[in-house]
Amino acid sequence: MKKLISAAVALSLTGFVGMASARDYISVVGSSTVYPFATVVAEQFGKTTKFKTPKIESTGSGGGLKLFCAGVGVEHPDITNASRRIKKSEVERCAGNGINDIIEVKVGYDGIALANSKKAPQFKVTRKDIFLALAKEVPDPKDPMSGKLVANPYMTWKDVNKDLPDMAIEVLGPPPTSGTRDAFAELAMEGGCKKIDWIKAMKKKDKKAYKALCHTVREDGKYIEAGENDNLIVQKLEANKGALGVFGYSFLDQNSDKVQGSLIDGVAPTFELIADGSYPVSRPLYFYVKKAHMGKIPGITEYLAEFSSNKAWGEEGYLADKGLIPMPTEERKAFKSDIEAMKPLKL
Amino acid sequence: MNNQQQQHQKTMDRVQQGLDRRYRQERHFRWLGMGAIILGLVFVSFLFITIISNGYTAFQQTYVKLDVFYDPEMIAPVGETNPQVLSKADYGGLIKASMRDMFPEVTNRREKKVLYGLISSGASYEIRDAVMNNPELIGTKGEVWVVADDDFDMLIKGHIDLRLPESDRRIKDNQLAWIHDLQEQDRVEKRFNTTFFTAGDSREPELSGIKGAAYGSFFTLLICLVLAFPIGVAAAVYLEEFAPKNRWTDIIEVNINNLAAVPSIVFGLLGLAVFINFFGLPRSVPLVGGLVLALMTLPTIIIASRAALKSVPPSIREAALGVGASPMQTITHHVLPLALPGMLTGTIIGMAQALGETAPLLMIGMVAFIVDVPGSVMDPSAVLPVQIYLWADSPERAFVERTSAAIMILLAFLISMNLLAVWLRKKFERRW
Repeated sequence: MKKLISAAVALSLTGFVGMASARDYISVVGSSTVYPFATVVAEQFGKTTKFKTPKIESTGSGGGLKLFCAGVGVEHPDITNASRRIKKSEVERCAGNGINDIIEVKVGYDGIALANSKKAPQFKVTRKDIFLALAKEVPDPKDPMSGKLVANPYMTWKDVNKDLPDMAIEVLGPPPTSGTRDAFAELAMEGGCKKIDWIKAMKKKDKKAYKALCHTVREDGKYIEAGENDNLIVQKLEANKGALGVFGYSFLDQNSDKVQGSLIDGVAPTFELIADGSYPVSRPLYFYVKKAHMGKIPGITEYLAEFSSNKAWGEEGYLADKGLIPMPTEERKAFKSDIEAMKPLKL
Repeated sequence: MNNQQQQHQKTMDRVQQGLDRRYRQERHFRWLGMGAIILGLVFVSFLFITIISNGYTAFQQTYVKLDVFYDPEMIAPVGETNPQVLSKADYGGLIKASMRDMFPEVTNRREKKVLYGLISSGASYEIRDAVMNNPELIGTKGEVWVVADDDFDMLIKGHIDLRLPESDRRIKDNQLAWIHDLQEQDRVEKRFNTTFFTAGDSREPELSGIKGAAYGSFFTLLICLVLAFPIGVAAAVYLEEFAPKNRWTDIIEVNINNLAAVPSIVFGLLGLAVFINFFGLPRSVPLVGGLVLALMTLPTIIIASRAALKSVPPSIREAALGVGASPMQTITHHVLPLALPGMLTGTIIGMAQALGETAPLLMIGMVAFIVDVPGSVMDPSAVLPVQIYLWADSPERAFVERTSAAIMILLAFLISMNLLAVWLRKKFERRW
């Protein structure tokens, strides 16, 4: 009996190790914003090729890059999705773990919408209004040019800008761990922050203070962290006419019967206007591939080919149907040739 | 005497006076209890009603009848049986041709794309499988029921408000007209959604199913049970029957009780550090999931098993020892069989808890998009609650009903597991 048990344990252990040393599917980690697009490509790839369907984990951009840069080998992921560009520190971290060649692929663009319920009037704001309404500290309203900062005193949108409706400021948005929040802070809030001359001048003198001022969201309950679930924000907006929500364009697109995107700097968040770059709050999405794994894990080259095919990321491709804003034709061509040449990333 | 009587009267009066108030207090106390139960029931029924009313439509799926000509030019010459050739053919093209035949007035490229969009992208795989199973179809014509796209499906199920202006609807006026034509020709039908039970995850709601997650849950729980039950029972037997009562066993006991209350995400972190980073097991596999959940359920099982052992009367042990049984024989022949129903109940409740767990699985990569149905404990897989979480976070409207349907399935499993525990207890429990 004892022998039998120990034999079984030994057998199962070697079995596990044997299986662990060979992986026959692609492992993808990373951003929850890129996840809905990467999964569509993965599914198509699994159905139309002889390879297994890639496994895609939604870990967030930072978490994905951390896993990605942990090393080379089957136990580490092959690809990581990111809703921002890889940072220099992350490239160094990768290099420190023996990952020298990373291929960077831009997937397309994602617009971030500021939306409210259809039952309420549509909002028309500027990025400066967004900054003044949501920043933790703003220039003293009594004397805005003095360079004095006060804790955000604005209670209603009308306080911020007299052309806006007399409604209490209530914005539902993602928490600080989210890439969407980072992008919102960078594009919408910093975009508005820069419009104030003396703050812009601060950028050169004290970049850290400038960033803290422009990126810090107020914490007095006017900005409500609603979790990473964008569907939840849509539902809450439907129930609360006075609130605005911050989420990705694909959720606006799917819920166009319930919520409407606000005009930012006079531009509505529509597919065409995000694609041609006139909508100010849009960001590129990326994924990164470990070159060392190509040829070791079956199907990576083919997965990249599927992703960069026109039927996927083209203007009328299936990713556009899911709400991804495609890159212009020239940019797509450039990235496709980079993929084919397996050109490693240089920062 | 007189004085005493007076005093007696006073006491009686006081009792009489207070009686009403005391009865009233008791009534209020009962109402409070009943109110608490009613409130609980209201919440539970509200939960069930929303989930069922949101989810029951997911068990049906809209199908569309197409007249498909298995064009030899588009697939392969008549008589071709080589599966490699057959699998490469453009089956989507067959569907498009069929749609074009039905609506010849649609010529604009953009409109055509919208028209083809009424049929799910999975339909071409259905036709591919049909042809590969029966290559004689090539060159013939036939009627095929294919899956409709999720927006079409939502319209048929009444989830799209047609009173809204066209620009706010997912289904536009021209699509409505086509769908109307199809309905007039009896080409649209709602059927039982078998895909939901036979497919893995998918990004197209109409092609998604819970089989992958259900298998993942099964493998995970299997590993969890195989590890946690014997270890838990062995620990309980040792602690209860053999271990000396001293400070060390006290510390162990306190720690077991503490472990039962540790947030489950901590076990996930432990699993990540030990099983994945140290032992190098792959991420996202049921084996690691089961190991983590086994750690989580162990304290529950140990506590329940010890309680079950305690409830076996000492006279049984003494009688067995008295007739010359060794301590081990006493336990394996007499105490364990009597305590087993209680242990099993604890185990089942622990398993039900493990079935509903997501947080620790997040850390070990089981919150992932996995299409292929897992075939073993080493294949990457998701589990039922994770599937619910992922669908709840998907933008497509049709995932709302699927989320609720998956919750219904999970609840059904949980209820049947708990019922099994109750039944086991009723059937085998002995009282002294």
